[in-house]
Amino acid sequence: MPFGLLKYGFRKRYPAGPDLSWPSDLKSHYDVIIIGGGGHGLAIAYHLAKHWGIRDVCVVEKGYIGGGNTARNTMVIRSNYITPQSVRFYKAAVDLFGTLSGELGINLMYSQRGQLTLAHSDATIRTFRLRAETGKFCGTRIEMVDRAQIREIVPSLHMPEDARYPILGGLWHEDGGTARHDALAWGYAARAQRLGVEVHQRTEVTGIQIEKGRATGVETTRGAIGAGQVVQAVSGLSSVVAKMAGIVLPIRTYPLQAMVTQPLKPFLDPLVSSAGLHVYVSQTARGELVIGGGSDPYELYAARPTLEIKEGLAMHLLELFPFLSNVRILRQWAGITDITPDYSPIMGKSPVENYWLDAGWGTYGFKATPASGKYMAQAIATGTVPEIIAPFGLDRFATMDLINEMGATAASH
Amino acid sequence: MKVMRCPLNGERNISEFTCLGEVSEPPAPDGASDEAWAAHLWNSNNTAGVVREWWCHVPTSYWFIAERNTVTDEILRTYAAAELFAKGNNE
Repeated sequence: MPFGLLKYGFRKRYPAGPDLSWPSDLKSHYDVIIIGGGGHGLAIAYHLAKHWGIRDVCVVEKGYIGGGNTARNTMVIRSNYITPQSVRFYKAAVDLFGTLSGELGINLMYSQRGQLTLAHSDATIRTFRLRAETGKFCGTRIEMVDRAQIREIVPSLHMPEDARYPILGGLWHEDGGTARHDALAWGYAARAQRLGVEVHQRTEVTGIQIEKGRATGVETTRGAIGAGQVVQAVSGLSSVVAKMAGIVLPIRTYPLQAMVTQPLKPFLDPLVSSAGLHVYVSQTARGELVIGGGSDPYELYAARPTLEIKEGLAMHLLELFPFLSNVRILRQWAGITDITPDYSPIMGKSPVENYWLDAGWGTYGFKATPASGKYMAQAIATGTVPEIIAPFGLDRFATMDLINEMGATAASH
Repeated sequence: MKVMRCPLNGERNISEFTCLGEVSEPPAPDGASDEAWAAHLWNSNNTAGVVREWWCHVPTSYWFIAERNTVTDEILRTYAAAELFAKGNNE
């Protein structure tokens, strides 16, 4: 039936409607303005409208929704951090991902297939034990595994005992997984719009209006807008936008590069990560291998590629899977990441009244999207920061209450 | 590979260098508030544009100043720290 698809397309029974609608004009005032139409900003807007009845919300995005780091991460979802504060927070996100496809009415292709992190030194084994016990205490699925168990989990892994960095053991995190990152932004945007939220693309914020220490609105390339509350959710530009509100943040910005190979038959079910080798890999539903690693060596706002990073990723991946040596790279890219001194995000109040920060998402933003959206919305709606995100406030630096996740974050994402 | 000019060793691969952050003035040892110290310790201007930073050529452990653009990834100028601090112009 060669014309079947064409006939189906013209059938009146299934009229095509737009998933997203774009309002033409900006109003002069909104209850809440969210700067940044990525996953985080749209999730906050959705939760404000859905659970707190705040529907006079405007999301302003300088490009198009989900066009920044939402679509540039490597889709890793996990909660195997080292501090109880982080594990509890990221666990909340993992739990939300479980039912999110149904809630948003979009297939996120959420695939919970576990993450295996490899240890190549005794020091790493010790931190893995702490991460495993912290994770169990907080109710996540996580355990230490030995070489025999690693062979069972990933039979294709190359594990010679005389390697330069032999695999000594691993951290097996059954809750780890992946999901379609762009669908997350579209899903939140579509649901939020149906509840009355306005999403304005190609509207760049150029300034924050502040009167007597209170944020009262934003200036954009399409004119000024007044607001009761202003939220910034702009990964990669946290410092630049915060500076418009006169806030200096403890953030340094680095590019993070990744690449994808040609599609292969499915051979790798779990996500495999090695902080010691600065590489992590997962196989997508299409069969492509997504490969990532550590950040660039110096601060930069440019998403340009470098051969050195790609060579390093390839070299280290081949130590784990030598049979990939003749596989070709299909695509490569970089995202701009806002790294904090303790590799934990900054969520909550800022020194400017009515100005909220959702910043410093470094290399851990995508996996946190549902939880940051839910709890940031609660904070904005009630004026009280919920207990689960309270440890991530900007004021933790002045009081030295850091949440150090460098070991559980760098090169593992 | 990207090349950086070291004032001591000439042009070398950028992988031989490490960036040590913005040139900044610490608060006065006595008198500065805890807040001022915390800000100095943690905060960063994180400028999108031209910055002035400490860099080090690792194999020779030589520290110097580099001016570069963080948006275009261009290295504008590298010079000995003496040039900056001799003038008393350490901002």
